[in-house]
Amino acid sequence: MAVRVQREDFDVGAELAALTRGRTDIGALTTFVGLVRDMAGDAKIGGMTLEHYPGMTEKELARVEAEANARWPLSASLIVHRYGRLEPGDRIVLCAAASPHREASFEACHFLIDWLKTRAPFWKLEETDAGPQWVAAKEADDAAAARWSKT
Amino acid sequence: MKILWFAWLRTRVGAAEETLAKPAEVTDVAALLDWLAARSPGHAEALKNRAVVRVAVNQTYVKSDHPVADGDEIAIFPPVTGG
Repeated sequence: MAVRVQREDFDVGAELAALTRGRTDIGALTTFVGLVRDMAGDAKIGGMTLEHYPGMTEKELARVEAEANARWPLSASLIVHRYGRLEPGDRIVLCAAASPHREASFEACHFLIDWLKTRAPFWKLEETDAGPQWVAAKEADDAAAARWSKT
Repeated sequence: MKILWFAWLRTRVGAAEETLAKPAEVTDVAALLDWLAARSPGHAEALKNRAVVRVAVNQTYVKSDHPVADGDEIAIFPPVTGG
């Protein structure tokens, strides 16, 4: 289990190789990579700045990862999230979940990104033609996270 | 106590961080937000719609009835938009 919050880019191949190095019990590895889009609705985006809450961000990502590990039999997991200024096409976030079998790795990876989107203290400030605009939280993200709620 | 403001709440308040002495009558998060809202027009504007205000005490999410103490780090921010 590991979480990292960093300004610099990450190498997906290198991260996954490190996560599974020396392991022969992993049969499935699912990854999610989030990228910066150049459009927000109808507005063109020149770039964005990701603000976060140092200290709480790491704690909250660790809580999300621990919850995934409590719900699924994971062999390894990783969350890497960037902050600072990013441009369209840049990588923002990497979630990876490894398990002996694919079902758990698929579900856990989906859970990691859905939960971190509604919990990890990050805020996007987008650069639009009308000036900088704070991104509003989406109800669709709450709904995506809510489907993982235990009833 | 240390108050931290993030994202558009920070820009409305005009400060990222404030160190304040907690009045005795402020005992929970709801009372704290009411007290902070009275500090300036910027504070009032930031805290106008409580439905979009999230609070963390000592880096853990809390609800409005959570107690606050003078040594606490209290972060106030809008719904998160990472990922």
